[in-house]
Amino acid sequence: MGDWKTPAELRYAETDEWFAADGDVVTIGITDYAQDQLNDIVYVEFRDAGDAVDAGDSFGEVESVKAASELYSAVAGEIIEVNSALEDSPETVNADPFGAGWMVKIRTRDLAPLAGLMDAAAYDAYCDSR
Amino acid sequence: MESSVTTPQLQPLIYDIGSPGRLGVNLPECDVPKVELPAALMREELPLPEVGEVQVVRHFVKLSKLNYSIDQGIYPLGSCTMKYNPKINEDAARLPGFAQLHPLTDESGSQGALFLMHELQKWLGEISGFPAVSLTPAAGAQGEFAGILMIRQYHIDRGEGQRDLILVPNSAHGTNPATVTMAGMDVLELPSNDQGNVDMDALHAACEGELRDRIAGMMITVPSTLGLFESTILEVIATVHEAGGLMYMDGANMNALMAAVKPGALGFDVMHYNLHKTFSTPHGGGGPGSGAVGVNEKLAPYLPGPIVEIVEGGDPRHAEADVGATYQVARHAQGNGGRHTMSPLHQPPEEDAATEPPLYGFVMPEKSIGRLKAFHGNFGMHLRAYAYIRVYGDSGIRDVTRYAVLNANYLRAKLMATYTVPYPRYCGHEFVLEGHFADAEDVHALDISKRLMDYGFHPPTNYFPLIVPEALLIEPTETETKAELDEFVAAMESIAEEARRVPELLRLAPHTAPVRRLDEVRAAKDLVLCCAPALPRQYAGD
Repeated sequence: MGDWKTPAELRYAETDEWFAADGDVVTIGITDYAQDQLNDIVYVEFRDAGDAVDAGDSFGEVESVKAASELYSAVAGEIIEVNSALEDSPETVNADPFGAGWMVKIRTRDLAPLAGLMDAAAYDAYCDSR
Repeated sequence: MESSVTTPQLQPLIYDIGSPGRLGVNLPECDVPKVELPAALMREELPLPEVGEVQVVRHFVKLSKLNYSIDQGIYPLGSCTMKYNPKINEDAARLPGFAQLHPLTDESGSQGALFLMHELQKWLGEISGFPAVSLTPAAGAQGEFAGILMIRQYHIDRGEGQRDLILVPNSAHGTNPATVTMAGMDVLELPSNDQGNVDMDALHAACEGELRDRIAGMMITVPSTLGLFESTILEVIATVHEAGGLMYMDGANMNALMAAVKPGALGFDVMHYNLHKTFSTPHGGGGPGSGAVGVNEKLAPYLPGPIVEIVEGGDPRHAEADVGATYQVARHAQGNGGRHTMSPLHQPPEEDAATEPPLYGFVMPEKSIGRLKAFHGNFGMHLRAYAYIRVYGDSGIRDVTRYAVLNANYLRAKLMATYTVPYPRYCGHEFVLEGHFADAEDVHALDISKRLMDYGFHPPTNYFPLIVPEALLIEPTETETKAELDEFVAAMESIAEEARRVPELLRLAPHTAPVRRLDEVRAAKDLVLCCAPALPRQYAGD
């Protein structure tokens, strides 16, 4: 147990997304633990750039040989960019979940929800308990 | 371990085994005038197999050996209830009076079929404790759809159309949230507690909080997809009713309840039956499904139609006499290898010149949500389910449930020594194992399943329910003998040992199937769709 990576600088949701804030832009992806649990990812689909999302809204879905899962944003705002390269090579999410496997960037006016998410230590403990 | 199973070989296509001019049959002289077909319809290249009868027979027998079916051995595919399909069902379905009945035959010419459907409606109602049943839904998912549409319409008619939320536990079948969405409503997912039951705190919070007036109902599978009876089900039902919602029972796991628990008596408002699971009509490529729905008085006016009713009096003894005759079968599958002694399917009441049988007819319930299926549902499945219930009789049906639950608990108890059982309590008709080992990190549930094929068994359900890591969902059904179950246990134990000793054996399995490990990623990503070319426009649509 515990052999997944959890970068210290990110924030984590119980639904296994990671969040990285840079100014008012938040980049979102799924964690190493999540990709490992899902197994080989074969399909991703995101809402369009320009779409507005509320905190708690789904911004897309990911499908593996095992299961299909919704992806949730903890922040409200506008999707300004999606990683469309993943549509052709969804396996990138397995290979590099925190790097090239990023999924969407959302411009937000309210970064406060990120403070309510888990830090790396809390997320590791949460995964260990599952 | 070297398997004793011989590997069946893939076969060439039938086109590749013939030779030009070889025939399977000699056609008689044509006894109608020959007519030239339009030139545009003639094709130069039209491959037809040119083979003799014996080649055709051997070709298809060899192909059939590449398959695995319930007629070969245990098929423990959890949640699918792959029980043995008694052959008497097929005999019944082939009776010419049924098989050759055209669905447009008017009611006066199809009284026998209508009688049978009326009886089946009554029996399903009796088994589940519901006063009204519709047989029309084509399969389980359509039964769910019917149930949720009825719940929706019920609220709308009461001026509570704002009720648009359906509670669904996270252990639910994937079809449940899909059904809610199809019906234009929203899902509120509920967590499970460490016992595998619905988390009651979360349920109370949902039903007593600000969403209370939006709750239309709850869909729940009993026993749950973990194979566990919801021990707090009465409180669940009372809580949802208290909030003004209705209760939907997904009847996929009815094989654990028949003649033991009546969902209607528990307080459910509506459920669907999977005739193709619980009542043994062939499925999983072997035949269409049938997803009859049962409802209480509240929802009876909304049933999808048409349903069969007695439209003109007659002497009810005609029907009663027929129902009263119980057809007891040599107790049960277990112990006699699944053989049944046959009793006549239809034994008309003694002719009495003074009385007439009742007249059966199709009726649309008063506020019906409408039709879901052409004609009257999958009648062939109704017929097989009728034969199944008739053959077993009421005490036989109870035995089905008892042996299904006993077999599952026997397997669970045996396998607990080797595998992690996340919810170690008595199960219903199925149970979940975790298909991984702390000291064999690279082995996953899928590898165990693939290796089982080398031992000659159909694998269990993989990776479902989602809330158990590396889930293996195992449902032996009542039709397996102790000897068969013991062989399955021995294979599972042997595989657990191999996982530590020679994990490669698992990771590369199957070794003895017609094809080796399939590339699931590629299968999911690189879809190859092939469609026959369309007819030229001038011939299409005429």
